Amino acid sequence: MRHLLSAADLGRDDALAVLDTAERMESAIAGREVKKLPTLRGRTVVNLFFEDSTRTRTSFELAAKRLSADVVTFSAKGSSVSKGESLKDTALTLEAMGSDAVVVRHSMSGAPHRLAGWVRGSVVNAGDGTHEHPTQALLDAYTMRRRLGRVDGLRVTIVGDVLHSRVARSNVLLLATLGAEVTLVAPPTLLPVGVEAWPAAVSYDLDASLPKADAVMMLRVQRERMGDSYFPSAREYSRRYGLDRRRLALLPDDAIVMHAGPMNRGMEIAAEVADDPRRSTIVEQVSNGVSVRMAVLYLLLGGPSPRDPSLLGAPSPRDPALLGGGAGTVPRRRRA
Amino acid sequence: MTRALLDAANVARVVDRMAHQLLEKTGGGRDTVLLGIQTRGVPLPRALAARVRAFEDVDLPVGTLDVTLHRDDLRLRGVRPLAETEEPPGGVDGKLVVLVDDVLYSGRTVRAALDALRDLGRPRAVQLAVLVDRGHRELPIRADYVGKNLPTSHAETVRVLVSEVDGRDAVLLEPAPTGSARAGQARSGAAGGAR
Repeated sequence: MRHLLSAADLGRDDALAVLDTAERMESAIAGREVKKLPTLRGRTVVNLFFEDSTRTRTSFELAAKRLSADVVTFSAKGSSVSKGESLKDTALTLEAMGSDAVVVRHSMSGAPHRLAGWVRGSVVNAGDGTHEHPTQALLDAYTMRRRLGRVDGLRVTIVGDVLHSRVARSNVLLLATLGAEVTLVAPPTLLPVGVEAWPAAVSYDLDASLPKADAVMMLRVQRERMGDSYFPSAREYSRRYGLDRRRLALLPDDAIVMHAGPMNRGMEIAAEVADDPRRSTIVEQVSNGVSVRMAVLYLLLGGPSPRDPSLLGAPSPRDPALLGGGAGTVPRRRRA
Repeated sequence: MTRALLDAANVARVVDRMAHQLLEKTGGGRDTVLLGIQTRGVPLPRALAARVRAFEDVDLPVGTLDVTLHRDDLRLRGVRPLAETEEPPGGVDGKLVVLVDDVLYSGRTVRAALDALRDLGRPRAVQLAVLVDRGHRELPIRADYVGKNLPTSHAETVRVLVSEVDGRDAVLLEPAPTGSARAGQARSGAAGGAR
């Protein structure tokens, strides 16, 4: 495996290998004074964030640092991107500086795929538009396995803004690969076209699907991606699709409540549900994220690198045909 | 052509001798713990501990150590699945830790093990026990307990079979798989512990 662009890139064995490796990573670090392993010493990981992020960016940064890689974090604000540099030129710059992996978040779906064609190192998708967020799906599966002992055969209900959610898309793909049964619950306006082709059942009735769920995953209502109104009011949304104390009681006794964050408390999830110490795994998901990302970086970067010239007979740097057209972000007028 | 260097009876005798030497050199196993290097070095310390118990009624704590994340040859030979590191009961701080592996070859695994051990704690001293020392060291490392010294060539691999995993105890000498006979890189953890 060279890149991690989509949860669909992972077969069952690959996905389980990531989860097993994450478990080892966690125990290799747990309880240690110096949380550092020498494994990726000398490797360079570039975090390329064109979109705001707190937990994913810091999580990747921490994961790379714990494995002793050199990390450069680069956000669109404060970089040449705000001067109108295209994704491609940014990629070629990073390539010239010798990065072994690029962790990319971008508001355009498919940006990591394009990037993967331009750089020699590995590309990890840290969320692209409304498309995918594979490491989030991996850490969610890891959290379910830690809490519930398995993923195979679990019934997982994913609730809310499926339309704009890369978390939902990656989770549906990965959970299907791992043998879980997924039910999507959302207002019809927040379901994507073609959802019936996804490996998941669809329902509009949250109350009916809760009693048989082993895990319920609440999605954030992504106001920033909503141009039009998808539902009448926040209050109405919360009444029909929010997880409150009454609905929490409908869940089986050992079921868990997940949220990838950031949360709109009071909207898709009530504060008291989010803070429920027994059922809510929201904080756990964050700490599990570091172990899972360590595993991904180890599996992608630990072995021979396409940059090691001794191992590959003089690799051609890039496809020259690609050097002409600049895709990615539309170059804007130079401001500074 | 595969040649058996030690059969089950030989292996049993060798382990008996190593257990006696261990008791002798550690003052009857005082504050001593055994740490098997994953994955092929794991059954041997259990066998040693069992013999020590039979001879002197001393219980040596046994643990396992995965050195993968500390290896310096991942870049050459690719990533491998990680195995479990299990701290021996009572930990390693202030103890005499005996690292145990099946075959000593380049010494790189032992170097990685010394680094990995530092993450577990600070032992009083560290010793090394191996069932087979096949020579060709690339680092200044020497074993304290050696089951058998076997002069070998890089074109051969040494395979240690253990009854827990392979159904019988034996040490075999085999021709190296073609293509992997490059100097110093002929060991293969993935290929069933052939070294």
